[in-house]
Amino acid sequence: MVNLAIQTNLDTSGSYLPIGLQLLFAAGMIVTLMGVTHLLGPKRRTADKLQNFASGIESHGEARQPIAIKYFLTAILFVLFDVEVIFFYPYAVNFRELGWSGFYAVLLFVAFFLCGFIYIIRRGALKWED
Amino acid sequence: MYLLAIDWIFIIEKLVLIAAIVTLSMVVAMYATYGERKVAAFIQDRIGPNRAGPFGLLQPLADGGKLFFKEEIIPLASSKFLFILGPLLAMVTALLTSAVIPWGASMNIGNRTVPLQVADVNIGILYVFGVVSLGVYGIMLGGWASNNKFSLLAAIRGASQMVSYELAMGLSLIAVLMLTGSLQMSVIVGEQYNAVWNIAYQPIGFIIFFICALAETNRTPFDLPEAENELNFGYHQEYSSMKLGFYLFAEYINMFISGVIMATLYFGGYDIPFVNEASLAQHIGENWVALLTFLTLMVKALFFVFVFMWIRWTIPRFRFDQLMHLGWKRLIPLALLNMVITAVVILWLKK
Repeated sequence: MVNLAIQTNLDTSGSYLPIGLQLLFAAGMIVTLMGVTHLLGPKRRTADKLQNFASGIESHGEARQPIAIKYFLTAILFVLFDVEVIFFYPYAVNFRELGWSGFYAVLLFVAFFLCGFIYIIRRGALKWED
Repeated sequence: MYLLAIDWIFIIEKLVLIAAIVTLSMVVAMYATYGERKVAAFIQDRIGPNRAGPFGLLQPLADGGKLFFKEEIIPLASSKFLFILGPLLAMVTALLTSAVIPWGASMNIGNRTVPLQVADVNIGILYVFGVVSLGVYGIMLGGWASNNKFSLLAAIRGASQMVSYELAMGLSLIAVLMLTGSLQMSVIVGEQYNAVWNIAYQPIGFIIFFICALAETNRTPFDLPEAENELNFGYHQEYSSMKLGFYLFAEYINMFISGVIMATLYFGGYDIPFVNEASLAQHIGENWVALLTFLTLMVKALFFVFVFMWIRWTIPRFRFDQLMHLGWKRLIPLALLNMVITAVVILWLKK
């Protein structure tokens, strides 16, 4: 029989208030600094100056064009595996109370995790050189 | 009526603390640039900055001042709004992580216990992870909005590097959470306070965490987003003036904060080694102990910042496929193994 201790010191939204204050403080300070630099700096814009920098040669075409699929694959795999990693967190916090039975259950989950992991490696999803 | 019942002293106390911490992060970041150049100079047998003020100590101020008076350039081809949002987001996320870190033992001001922590929320370390993940947006937006091929390539590299190492980082931390049984930062420090530090139980976990921290802050050998020999300058290539400064600043702040987090998670946080703080407090008073514990944390964190610099000027950077190989195929299985072994050992010893 698993007996989970119920946490009594649960946070209320009030405990996040200081984080909100810090967000306001940081954002306010940065916007102010940006505004000040905007006012202080010289403004002598010419069409040539506002071109994109491509090591001195004229830049050709746009940057918004199709890019290697590998990066997107990495991003998708990250989302997938990060969700699985997050599932470990509640277990890690309650793991002493759950004891061996909880451990076996998580071991099964690790096995599933590894199945997916080995599958993507075998399929070459993380292969960078062609 | 509830709005009027706000504890104003509490708000003022937090505001002072927030101002202090944000200023501290900025000042440390400023002097980290100076430190970086001095460390580089020492390693390369040079003198380093020594013109502005004694030992060149005013150099960061001169650099910062210069950023204010530079022309802001927003390229014609860029998306203007996102171009400005990028550095803003990078900087805000860098400054927000410090909110849940316990900076020292509690102070006692006018019969009021003031914890040196902005918000002691019970999700502590998860909050840090959440904010750190948002840091990817700063890089990604900056690179994409510039509409420059080099910037975009650097940004997309940076994003995939950061997300890849976040996995191993998250996994390596689980072992620490098993030891402490809480996500709350104050509890994680409390467990190590006047006891054995987590590093003694989690050496492998710490090494994985350290490597991932290097990758998350885009430091050498993982500074692929800034690989100047392939990408000109990196994701901030089109930036100038304070916006460029913010990107560079954010990197140094992240470096400092990750040093603090490593000290907090693995090296006892603000615990002064071999000293019993409680008995010390009876001799010199609580506030002095709080100050000493804060200084201890700073020493630990700055040591990590030094190690980061040391590594930067010693080790060349990885190739991108090597980096992904290390992140996915080495660190993730290792972290998983570390987690399982830790769980078995803890359960075994409890029986």
